Amino acid sequence: MSIFLDENTKVVYQGLTGSTGRYYGNLNREYGTKVIGGTHPKKAGTEVDGMPIFATVADAKAETGCTASCVFVPPAAVRGAVMESAEAGLELIVVITEGVPAHDEAWFYNKLKNDFPGTRLLGPNCPGIISPGKANIGITAGHIAKAGGPVGVVSRSGTLTYQAVYELQQKDIGVTTSVGIGGDPVPGTNFIDCLAAFEADPETLAIMMIGEIGGSAEEEAADYIKANVSKPVVSYVAGVTAPPGKKMGHAGAIVSGGKGTAAAKMDALRDAGVQVGLNPTEAGDLMAEIVKSL
Amino acid sequence: MDLFEYQGKEFFAQYGMSVSPGEIAFSVDEAVAAAERLGTPVMVKAQVLTGGRGKAGGVKFAADIDSVREHATNILGLDIKGHIVGRVWIEKASDIAEEYYASFTLDRSAKKHLGMLSKEGGVEIETVAEENPDAIAKIWVDPVVGLSESAVREWVAASKLPDAAVEGAVDILQKLYTAYTEGDADLCEINPLILTPEGVVHVLDAKVTLDANSVFRHPEYAQYDETQTRDEREEAAHEKGLQYVGLDGSVGVIANGAGLAMSTVDMVNQVGGKAANFLDIGGGANADVMAGALEVINNDPSVKAIFINIFGGITRGEEVAEGIIEAMKRVEIDSPIVLRLDGTNAQEGRDMLAPHLDDSLMMESTMLSAAKQAVALASS
Repeated sequence: MSIFLDENTKVVYQGLTGSTGRYYGNLNREYGTKVIGGTHPKKAGTEVDGMPIFATVADAKAETGCTASCVFVPPAAVRGAVMESAEAGLELIVVITEGVPAHDEAWFYNKLKNDFPGTRLLGPNCPGIISPGKANIGITAGHIAKAGGPVGVVSRSGTLTYQAVYELQQKDIGVTTSVGIGGDPVPGTNFIDCLAAFEADPETLAIMMIGEIGGSAEEEAADYIKANVSKPVVSYVAGVTAPPGKKMGHAGAIVSGGKGTAAAKMDALRDAGVQVGLNPTEAGDLMAEIVKSL
Repeated sequence: MDLFEYQGKEFFAQYGMSVSPGEIAFSVDEAVAAAERLGTPVMVKAQVLTGGRGKAGGVKFAADIDSVREHATNILGLDIKGHIVGRVWIEKASDIAEEYYASFTLDRSAKKHLGMLSKEGGVEIETVAEENPDAIAKIWVDPVVGLSESAVREWVAASKLPDAAVEGAVDILQKLYTAYTEGDADLCEINPLILTPEGVVHVLDAKVTLDANSVFRHPEYAQYDETQTRDEREEAAHEKGLQYVGLDGSVGVIANGAGLAMSTVDMVNQVGGKAANFLDIGGGANADVMAGALEVINNDPSVKAIFINIFGGITRGEEVAEGIIEAMKRVEIDSPIVLRLDGTNAQEGRDMLAPHLDDSLMMESTMLSAAKQAVALASS
């Protein structure tokens, strides 16, 4: 089984008429994702590479029964795009767009939580979600992940998500679902949401969790693992050697006032029984040992 | 984007908060002229983007013009935790009855705005939090709901501010929340927030961090970008739109994505080398960006080898290859390059680079082997 999506999930692309949206809409469709088309208020009735364009998400849903959206619109338009999909009643919204203001993220996170509890938001600033062999929503290169499990992957960083699933593929280990939650301060879906879903998924037998410096999401995940996760967890926290006080690319990745260090996060995770690798390759090796013993 | 104190005060003043009149000065003469216009006594305050200015001698009271001259002379050029003071803020001195603390920031765990208010101001809030956590009154604000006056009143009551300060605090805290939200700030902090003997609640220091992602709706924030302190390498990278942090090793690092870039630095440091920098070319970087990144790294004299670590998602392999080929045409790259290329269109990229491979450009199949190779080259 996969979490949050499967081979039947129908997806509409907000921003399909832009060059990036079009490129990845095509790649996702080629992968086998049920891409039902895109939206653009002024281009309804036209097509992009054979994919129909609807005026609104609500129209796309009425016509096709889609339940998910993938968002490629510019940062200024993300808040509107997220609300359009939530109001249309979609179950999953994946926002790839980078550079969304933190106040917008905090606003639509709370708006969805209060008024649209049936909608799951993934991102912004995330690579998306892939269940190898079934569906790929977002910008992950499809060929880097082996299908079939038994490992579930969750990561804050896009490229490290790729690195993680690729390390596993190189060792002939499959992935049930790989979720990139994004490196922004207010991610719509967090580690704990994914850990809970992987714990409940019978096909996921072990979990790879990739964190990074800054914030306290890894510490909160460690507490959750200790109390609620019975499956083995392997982790890596990027930024082990990062200098304090410097923002390492991601808005969220900063060690300040001695808080948010990789060392503190790794300690918390080890304390929760998680096996911690010092780099993605070591984490892959640790996971290979676990999978062998399953 | 971190603002200097004086910029923060100008920002707060736009939202109607009470701040002291003052002027910015870049020289002793300018400082003296400002003090003459304002009228003594004044404060002479170093403008640097770091804390601990007072302890370092960067904040002085000047009763007359002679002492303005003396303090400005001492403070301009002062090194405060590695920040050289290039400007001083000359501000009308305030009479202080009491010192408080107030701030708004985003609580990433609660995913709500967090307001903190304390009657113990003028000291670092971290210290108060550790030694006397009950002295900080907190309020969590749902951004959708906003902050009502009645909620502010309850919050101020919980902080046990004296009666004389209550009305002034209620007023200024609402304005602070407006400044924080409308201004798209990561942090708006007033420490100290003072009560004057006349009963006015007044901003005495301002610490403001703005969200760089919000510049599209605040075009005026471009002015703050010019005042950010960066080393020469960081400045060159910033001009090219690259995320760069200078480090002190000899292996230049270029990667796509913040996580992979951090991880690449980790890997280099763990296999016995030292990274010279963190450089994230970002998602969707094209050939031009890659060429620019190589130029920045190449201009760093401490770099002895370059490790390019690309795992394409939104970044495409053929663009990466094109950028490397382009950069090698455009500039003489002084150090050998070790490349690891996987992900979207990696094979196309590798094929394009195959004819260019030699002692100055090598390809490795894994991140680990590439890190080892780059470290070996940097130390040979």
